[in-house]
Amino acid sequence: MLGIVRQKVGAKCINSSVKQSLPRTLDAARRFSSAAKQMTVRDALNSALDEEMSADPKVFLMGEEVGEYQGAYKITKGLLDKYGPERVRDTPITEAGFTGIGVGAAYYGLRPVVEFMTFNFSMQAIDHIINSAAKSNYMSAGQISVPIVFRGPNGAAAGVGAQHSQCYAAWYGSCPGLKVLAPYSAEDARGLLKAAIRDPDPVVFLENELLYGESFPISAEVLDSSFCLPIGKAKIELEGKDVTITAFSKMVGSALQAAEILSKEGISAEVINLRSIRPLDRDTINRSVRKTNRLVTVEEGYPQHGVGAEICASVIEESFGYLDAPVERIAGADVPMPYAANLERMAVPQVEDIVRAAKRACYRSVPKSATA
Amino acid sequence: MAFWLMARTSRKVTDHLHRNIGILRSSSSACSLLNRTRRFESTKADKDISFGYDTSDDENQALDFPGGRVTFTSHMRFIPESPERRTHCYRVLDDNGKTIIGSHYQNISKEVAVKMYSNMVTLQVMDTIFYEAQRQGRISFYLTTNGEEAINIASAAALTPDDIIFPQYREPGVLLWRGFTVQEFANQCFGNGADYGKGRQMPIHYGSKKHNYVTVSSTIATQLPQAVGAAYSLKMDKKDACTVTYFGDGGTSEGDFHAALNFAAVMEAPVVFICRNNGWAISTPTSQQFRSDGIVVKGQAYGIRSIRVDGNDTLAMYSAVHAAREMAIREHRPILIEALTYRVGHHSTSDDSTKYRPAGEIEQWRMARDPVARYRKWVEMNGWWSDEDESQLRIEARKQVLDAVQVAERVKKPPLAELFTDVYDQPPSNLREQEKFLRDIVMKHPQDYPTDVPF
Repeated sequence: MLGIVRQKVGAKCINSSVKQSLPRTLDAARRFSSAAKQMTVRDALNSALDEEMSADPKVFLMGEEVGEYQGAYKITKGLLDKYGPERVRDTPITEAGFTGIGVGAAYYGLRPVVEFMTFNFSMQAIDHIINSAAKSNYMSAGQISVPIVFRGPNGAAAGVGAQHSQCYAAWYGSCPGLKVLAPYSAEDARGLLKAAIRDPDPVVFLENELLYGESFPISAEVLDSSFCLPIGKAKIELEGKDVTITAFSKMVGSALQAAEILSKEGISAEVINLRSIRPLDRDTINRSVRKTNRLVTVEEGYPQHGVGAEICASVIEESFGYLDAPVERIAGADVPMPYAANLERMAVPQVEDIVRAAKRACYRSVPKSATA
Repeated sequence: MAFWLMARTSRKVTDHLHRNIGILRSSSSACSLLNRTRRFESTKADKDISFGYDTSDDENQALDFPGGRVTFTSHMRFIPESPERRTHCYRVLDDNGKTIIGSHYQNISKEVAVKMYSNMVTLQVMDTIFYEAQRQGRISFYLTTNGEEAINIASAAALTPDDIIFPQYREPGVLLWRGFTVQEFANQCFGNGADYGKGRQMPIHYGSKKHNYVTVSSTIATQLPQAVGAAYSLKMDKKDACTVTYFGDGGTSEGDFHAALNFAAVMEAPVVFICRNNGWAISTPTSQQFRSDGIVVKGQAYGIRSIRVDGNDTLAMYSAVHAAREMAIREHRPILIEALTYRVGHHSTSDDSTKYRPAGEIEQWRMARDPVARYRKWVEMNGWWSDEDESQLRIEARKQVLDAVQVAERVKKPPLAELFTDVYDQPPSNLREQEKFLRDIVMKHPQDYPTDVPF
């Protein structure tokens, strides 16, 4: 087990003092320097909520601190003033309570958007999400639909330890009846959140705390209030021909940085931003692998039964004959998240890990057994 | 603590508590750090030494505190764990079915009263025959309402069809009252193609959108917060209706019960909580479930108006639910009703309750405290019911249920396509592929395909 952990988290990282999320803004700005407007993920989410609340009086927000305090991460900023306490509802601190209340409100006419202060706290309410929200439409044979969105930060933040730093993509992604989305950029955040609110099915919307403050270029089309992204479609962030890298949420940024490093060494990586964990866009992934013949999956969650495991299985089932190298899975270390910054860094996939894995897949470096 | 006392107005203290929670719960992002500074500035006391009370005498010594004025006392007195006397139980009919003189209750017309009685008998007959059908192996599972017919029918009769029901599983009588036919009950238990649930749920998990009866959920007490949410939806839409949710004594130990009561009070949601305290949660007696004076006393702790009712007294149940509904809707408030009753039958077809409780206890409730017999006496005393009516009703009900069972058995089972529908509003590509794959396999090997699944 230790061997796996060491391989996956890059035990050989030398530059451990560099903060993991620092280079992204610069990098993103450089790549899209021609785009005029920029928007943070926080503003993208906030504007999506605002527009959907304005368009549909059935939409209301609920959660701890979403009103007066405007959200622990200020995603609901200004919405209490604009829509009033009936539609921006501060709740007592009982995740199981307000999640159940959201589900019940969705049964009878409303379209709740439930905020978890972090998705780690959704564990106290998971029964309502799995047993009630996800299954009610099926169990009632279509009599009770549950148009609800569960949203909040997911995955590792920085320096907040085991109970604030876990990725739930694979958990919710394994449950039929749920749709699971994970935005990366401001465009994703706007388009996917609007799609989630308009969708008739329950949607788990996994944000990332470290991305909230990140700015991304944004087009006029994305800023239009009618803008919406399709659920179940991945986005090819970067086209390439030598190796496919799949990622979601914050790891898309790491994959793009890895691709830039790889390009300097003559490796052309294709980066797929999954956007939707469930339904999973198997077509886009398999099409890409059939072109590049190599696959590296990246996620912050645990390796066992993870999103990467599912993608790997899909590719083996549908495109086995096209693979020229074993699939590489980059995942978080198989341990609860440690608090100490040096250890935390070791537990989260780093750009170097992705670069190394891609090189291995392209036979550009010595075999794993020699590097471990 | 000292910091709280310094805050002059209750609003300030609320703010402080409220926001302080945010610090504890949020992680240390730059954004929450910034706000932490601002929060502390905003809660500085207006006057440092104004404690909000004077010292002239005990009664006037008080603290302004969130929620209202709290008087001081120099006596160290703990609130006892239980009151000297248990909370009264509201009752209208005595053991002989006579209305107790001076009792307050809601009048019922002959028509409604007779319909209530007929429904109670139909429920009894349906339970007997469906239970037997399970014993004969014709359905996989069943669960009776024996002993709790009054709670079922009387509460249903006191509501309007617009009130939304979030049942547990021992309330089929509410659905029966609303016009769900015996045939429809049978279709569900047999999981045939005519079942509104398309055969997806185990027997007794009824649900009907038309009757505002939310599909039964097997998980205990999850319907409680959901009922609060639906009630909030009704309130937002300004509808003349409330939600009504049922649960057992065992269900009150779930976190969802406490969350639901607290949220309902805070959100001022028009919801009526009806607890059927029937003494047993499968084999667990209430003495192993809680040490409070039942459930009724828990309402006040959450700021909810509550009443304890004789659940085997049809008139008392009817009157209490009628009043509760009015208060819930007119005053935008939740109401808690604890109905004292007894689960005369086993928990379900999966247990034998004589193994864990004395047979004499069951007999006592079955014979001396039967709610149907007591109510029948009252209906008869009014001159609305005769022995002849009784035998005719029982014969008809029996025939109706037996016919329904036979018909339900013959109705085709749900077709293969229904395995894949309703997982989502629209089937996603992976489910469409799976269905196609399955159909191709069946076409290839028709001899191996089960004959009871319409293709």
